[in-house]
Amino acid sequence: MGGDCMNGKVAFKRPDSLTAKEFTYCPGCLHGVAHRLVAEVLDELKLTGQTIMVAPVGCSVFAYEFFDVDGTVAPHGRATAVATGIKRSLPDRVVFTYQGDGDLAAIGTAETIHTANRGEKITTIFINNAIYGMTGGQMAPTSLVGMKTTTSPYGRNADSEGYPIHVCELLQNLNGVAYLERVSLLTPKDIIAAKKGIKKAFTAQARGLGYSLIEIVSTCPTNWGLSPVESLEWAKQKMLPEFPLKVFIDKVGDVK
Amino acid sequence: MRAMCQRLPAKDHQIFQRIQREGISSRSADRPRREVHRLRFLLYELSGYVYHCLPDTERVGGGFMADKTLLKGTEAMAEAALRAGCQVYFGYPITPQSELIEYMAKRMPEIGRTFLQAESEVAAVNMIYGAACTGTRVMTSTSSPGFSLMMEGVSYIAGAVLPAVFINVVRGGPGLGDIQPAQSDYFQGTKGGGHGDYRLIVLSPATIQEAVNMMFDAFDLADRYLNPVLIIADGLLGQMMEPVELPDFLMPDRMPNHDSWALRGKGTRKKHSVTSFDLDPLKLEEMNLANFEKYRKIQQKEVRYEEYLMDDAEVAFVAYGTMGRILKTTIRMAREAGIKAGMIRPITLWPFPEKPIQEAAKKVKMVMSVEMSMGQMVEDVRLAVSGKVPTPFYGRTGGVVPTPTEVFEALKREWEAIV
Repeated sequence: MGGDCMNGKVAFKRPDSLTAKEFTYCPGCLHGVAHRLVAEVLDELKLTGQTIMVAPVGCSVFAYEFFDVDGTVAPHGRATAVATGIKRSLPDRVVFTYQGDGDLAAIGTAETIHTANRGEKITTIFINNAIYGMTGGQMAPTSLVGMKTTTSPYGRNADSEGYPIHVCELLQNLNGVAYLERVSLLTPKDIIAAKKGIKKAFTAQARGLGYSLIEIVSTCPTNWGLSPVESLEWAKQKMLPEFPLKVFIDKVGDVK
Repeated sequence: MRAMCQRLPAKDHQIFQRIQREGISSRSADRPRREVHRLRFLLYELSGYVYHCLPDTERVGGGFMADKTLLKGTEAMAEAALRAGCQVYFGYPITPQSELIEYMAKRMPEIGRTFLQAESEVAAVNMIYGAACTGTRVMTSTSSPGFSLMMEGVSYIAGAVLPAVFINVVRGGPGLGDIQPAQSDYFQGTKGGGHGDYRLIVLSPATIQEAVNMMFDAFDLADRYLNPVLIIADGLLGQMMEPVELPDFLMPDRMPNHDSWALRGKGTRKKHSVTSFDLDPLKLEEMNLANFEKYRKIQQKEVRYEEYLMDDAEVAFVAYGTMGRILKTTIRMAREAGIKAGMIRPITLWPFPEKPIQEAAKKVKMVMSVEMSMGQMVEDVRLAVSGKVPTPFYGRTGGVVPTPTEVFEALKREWEAIV
């Protein structure tokens, strides 16, 4: 991006850790914001050249094309196991996974819990929008009670489908976790806070403190059947009471 | 192994420990070879191995060419793997290969390598995938039900064109089956198992020494062709003990260079991506065609097999692994009874040695497959023979190991039917 207009300072540009490829996400999807925040953090911590990312199966399966770092795609749910294999082979590199709620909290639950419990020195960006996006709006482990999806057409019934899983609340009891926070991207203020959390998570890894995970409460206008603006409002009213924003574990302390 | 040693008389235990410590050498005049042989025999008995299955040459008269160490199959393969440059091991315990993961847990940290026990075979194979993405020599070992769980990752590793080594110490199946030796995972190893168009390079040893040498071959093949390599050993090879000669550690300059594609952080170069993925069918077809061009080369160059007494044979046995070894005794019995039997023992199960079997079919009256299964490899044998001569099959299933005598009886029945 051009940086020398009128000898002014560059106030805003595409982060170096993103490629020039245009995002392929739906209008109003917050993956783009989440990607940008991760990329800005990698830039600021100067980690781009030593980072290896593990993309998931789901809408963000193409994330490895958007980030200008070495990367691969894991089988559905196995991102943290793949990341473990990378990190154990190259302990001085920075490794992160980017996973949705179906990937991380349904099919990959065992990998998630055991990677966290081992204190694997990797970072997970966990996007929770309470629905399966890529496969077309099916019920997720984090879908709210009563929420209508293509596989819970009468609304999620707690009697038969159980309750939304609270990933941070589950992981907060594991000693291997160094940084654990739930953030959202629903307002500019939330976005600034989210970036701070992501930076702490990568700092935890860089300092070798253990596993770090940032849960991002997000939206899916397409599969929720709402406009982008409506979906932000719906998330604030319905998602945040179920998934309150909170720092669960912080072994990092203050970060610049 | 420790438990077994404790069952030995104190004197034998001392000798055993000394053999373990110093190896067996023909040059040690102070250690009567007869003692060593007696001990070997005892150990085979203790480990439940059917000693009489061994051909004479392998029983006592094989001679010890160099310093040898008495090792269990699983442990020998583990030691050979790290000497072949395996840097990272991920695994999950399962009988009858648990000694392999235990050996790795102890040895890998000793020599500055990486060991991790995964929470499942599913996680283990994906850790393998991650390590393989970095171009690091990596392996795992498991047994049948565990290998079934690994199929997802094996397919991804093959699709992503990555090097990795797997050992399946096969036990009786299907389902939970049992923990006795079997060869009923041939289809799974050679025909797929996982989803999609891919092949594994599949090797099968018949002795522990062959398994040891094969570890080096396996890593080399994986690195040369960027493809997962599977060693199919059965529970017998995993559990019995034999004196083996261990090759030296592979020197670092002989290690492969994967700088052109491996994920190690881009630094100042352009970024690397490793996936088994393209949504465009034409591009995915292109990827698969490139892989199959590679497979064609492997079929041309990497077929390995042993021919045993085939020069004048009228009956060709085809058998692999432990079964191939047992058949050498059957063949001797047959020859004593006037049936000129020989054997083609596939060492690579894929690529399958179809040409030597085709050639044999022109000369012999019968090609007989013998397996520790209900008949899986026999389908490849029949494809190769293409109906030119009868292709009978004999096998036992569920973890039962056929004796040389019962195979000989089966041979006589088949032979009388065609003569």
